[in-house]
Amino acid sequence: MAHMSATDRIDVSIEHKRSTPDDQGAKEHPNTCPGCGSHYRDDELAQHLRVCPQCGHHFPVRGLERIAQLADEGSFVEDQTGLRSADPLQFFDLRPYVERLAEAEVSTGLGDAMITGTAAIEGLGCRLAVMDFSFMGGSMGSVVGEKFSRSCEASAGDGTPLVSVSASGGARMQEGILALMQLPKTICALEELHDAGGVLISVIAHPTTGGLLASFASLGDVLLAEPGALMSFAGPRVVAQTTREKLPDDFGLSESNLRFGHIDAIVPRPELRPTLARLLRLFGDAG
Amino acid sequence: MTTEAELGLRDRLAKLSGVKLLRGTKLSAELERLQRQLERLRADTSDEEIWKRVELARHQERPYTLDYVARILDDFFELHGDRGRLDDQALVAGLGRLDGRTVALIGHQKGRDIKERTKRNFGMAYPEGYRKAMRVMEMADRHGFPLVTLVDTPGAYPGVAAEQHGQGGAIARSQAVMIRLGVPTVSVVIGEGGSGGAVAVAVADRVLMQENAIYSVISPEGCAAILWRDASQAKKAAAAFKPDAAHCLELGVIDGIVPEPEGGAHTDHDAAAALLREAVVSHLDELLDVPSDDLRRARRAKFRAMGVFA
Repeated sequence: MAHMSATDRIDVSIEHKRSTPDDQGAKEHPNTCPGCGSHYRDDELAQHLRVCPQCGHHFPVRGLERIAQLADEGSFVEDQTGLRSADPLQFFDLRPYVERLAEAEVSTGLGDAMITGTAAIEGLGCRLAVMDFSFMGGSMGSVVGEKFSRSCEASAGDGTPLVSVSASGGARMQEGILALMQLPKTICALEELHDAGGVLISVIAHPTTGGLLASFASLGDVLLAEPGALMSFAGPRVVAQTTREKLPDDFGLSESNLRFGHIDAIVPRPELRPTLARLLRLFGDAG
Repeated sequence: MTTEAELGLRDRLAKLSGVKLLRGTKLSAELERLQRQLERLRADTSDEEIWKRVELARHQERPYTLDYVARILDDFFELHGDRGRLDDQALVAGLGRLDGRTVALIGHQKGRDIKERTKRNFGMAYPEGYRKAMRVMEMADRHGFPLVTLVDTPGAYPGVAAEQHGQGGAIARSQAVMIRLGVPTVSVVIGEGGSGGAVAVAVADRVLMQENAIYSVISPEGCAAILWRDASQAKKAAAAFKPDAAHCLELGVIDGIVPEPEGGAHTDHDAAAALLREAVVSHLDELLDVPSDDLRRARRAKFRAMGVFA
């Protein structure tokens, strides 16, 4: 924040250019569109589902707001609200993990990076497992793994389709090897769901990288992604540093993933709710 | 190290000795080693001690998958290619005979000189490698061959083509295939168990680690670069996320530790291979008569239970 100048905040020009070297790494105001530089009031953005009315850029959406966008009004009933991360490694980097957790909980109002519960979309009952990138980069530790797994099992039990929305930097490093084990854990739970004839529709939002893409997010019966969402196992910076390759402009974006056959469709946010409803009807009418 | 954790390890070691971790080998020697390990853990979990494991796990002269294959399998027949695009040399697969029965083996392969390292891509597989692994797993399943995997990779390859070919999805699917197998499976981390690229082939009934192997969610350098914003803090990072075998055992992530010759596996490849063989055979023996459905159920239950939360 130290390098954020006053001009960064109030520049509302749509001709705003970000090409000068000084701007690299400078933090934009979260309501300034990185695509076209337009600036919005928060209520304006919320009204447009956080999609830029000028250029169509998809801003990040917090977990509860995503649920409000997708679910029928008042239909969402949250569950598993009591789960909290433990600190098995007594992990300490520049600050203790427990401190980071407490801070994340205070700043986001969430217990961890995933919100789960039952809801209806256009009257069709479903279960939602929605990630929130604001909670420690949406990283998956034991709690996210457990919440997703319990959602799978609940859906396997009552036949309710499961819809996941991922936005995550990957496994949570502060939980060490146990974070990695959330990959096979969530896949085991998903296998139970599939064995029971249940369905997972996986929605991939920006960004979904690392452990998420290497586990349940890639294993939905249908994979949908938002326009311009980064979805790669290794992030662009790691790839550039490791290989010294020049990255294509659309590296890891949902558009290139669609071209290479890794997802079923790119769905702009205003169409996400009706698209999910269509799919829920198709899967629901199997007999 | 808290006393509680120490007690946990003690308890585990006691249980392991009870179920004859190393059937047929000198159990007393094994207990002695574990005892020594416990003492080491109690005495010193300093940055240096854990870092020593990291260095041993990456030691150039450490035996790699094909070094072990030559010593523990008879009549090894290598299987090449993913049946789609290419043959990934960073992940080898094949059939061979172990203790008189046919098994399928999959393992990461590193190289020692520049030429071999390049050929093996430093043990970092592309999605094609995991697709080769999957088709060999499915073949083993069809024929009832037990599956042995040897894990030794810094991680799945982070490259443009690897992403374009679906690295994340391939790793996810490889785990799903392994979870579904109806044959006994044993995985051993023999060097570096680097993140997704490692767990892709390590969702087994029994997961073991060699004494000086490491298993981690991210490389110490990667973790240091992100959390400390300084890759040279790798030692501190390793000490913080504790990738060594004793800690992985304590956290319930692995089922046993395979001893190495004094000084590390690189000092004596034959002795290291003999110890590895004993461990794999003894675990397979325990699993051979278990019905497929029970194997699958127990495997799922084991991984489903991993994690610590309040």
